Amino acid sequence: MVVDVVLKPEISDPQGQAVLGALGRLGHGGVRSVRQGKHFVLEVDGDPDEAELRQIAETLLANPVIEDVELHLPTD
Amino acid sequence: MRIGVITFPGSLDDVDAARAVRLAGGEPVALWHADHDLQDVDAVVLPGGFSYGDYLRAGAIAARAPLMREVVDRASQGLPVLGICNGFQVLCEAGLLPGALTRNSHLHFRNRDQGLLVERADTAWTSSFAAGQRITVPVKNGEGRYVAAPAELDRLEGEGRVVVRYADGNPNGSSRDIAGVCSEDGRVVGLMPHPEHAVEDLTGPGTDGLGFFTSVLSALVVAA
Repeated sequence: MVVDVVLKPEISDPQGQAVLGALGRLGHGGVRSVRQGKHFVLEVDGDPDEAELRQIAETLLANPVIEDVELHLPTD
Repeated sequence: MRIGVITFPGSLDDVDAARAVRLAGGEPVALWHADHDLQDVDAVVLPGGFSYGDYLRAGAIAARAPLMREVVDRASQGLPVLGICNGFQVLCEAGLLPGALTRNSHLHFRNRDQGLLVERADTAWTSSFAAGQRITVPVKNGEGRYVAAPAELDRLEGEGRVVVRYADGNPNGSSRDIAGVCSEDGRVVGLMPHPEHAVEDLTGPGTDGLGFFTSVLSALVVAA
């Protein structure tokens, strides 16, 4: 399972802004915004229990006060 | 009065916190994060540092330590808890305090003596001060920017939950200059600045920080 965690839109992201500044200096002025996040890859034994994985993502991997979480379960 | 100081892997300021407790007249009790026993302490301090290297998020893994379950449990029954810097981050991650601490807006680690305005002088940890008093204690953090949703900030301000505010410039971009907040009952307080580093003239910018530790001792005397 893959879990992507990004700061909520209303929380400013100084790390993303620093990357955006560097891109501008490198001549990539067309990039309008950068948001930096985290990408977790979890390997589990047996069939993944979606409810448990969602709980893991929402209670530990992300802080719901400031972050949004996106789960990507294997489809095959 | 027995004041527990919890050490997590990566805590740095546990010894200074214990020393501050002693200088204020209390008996510091060393507690280990992996234990399940709060050893009948009367209050708890979560010290500064970089628990678990700040992996995942600052304070996130420490907030799930075995002893933190006891702290959350006892806090609901009125146990006074003070979180300093990384300890504040742990309290927010544990859900004992609202909001979260994020990367400083300017991305730099900031280390300096910091003016603070005490807005709440009736919490378990600030009763030695007067409301409106200006104090100076060191601040040192890289992830100290206090954030919460605007509606949540309005609610906290409305309920008087802001305990201390940055007074001479905001060192990290915290929302509304918030340096520290408290629980609804005022028994749990978290702040980014380090009062335990301002307890002696020789080693700090003054002794303003001592008030946090004398406050809890008098709160405990009143309760007893």
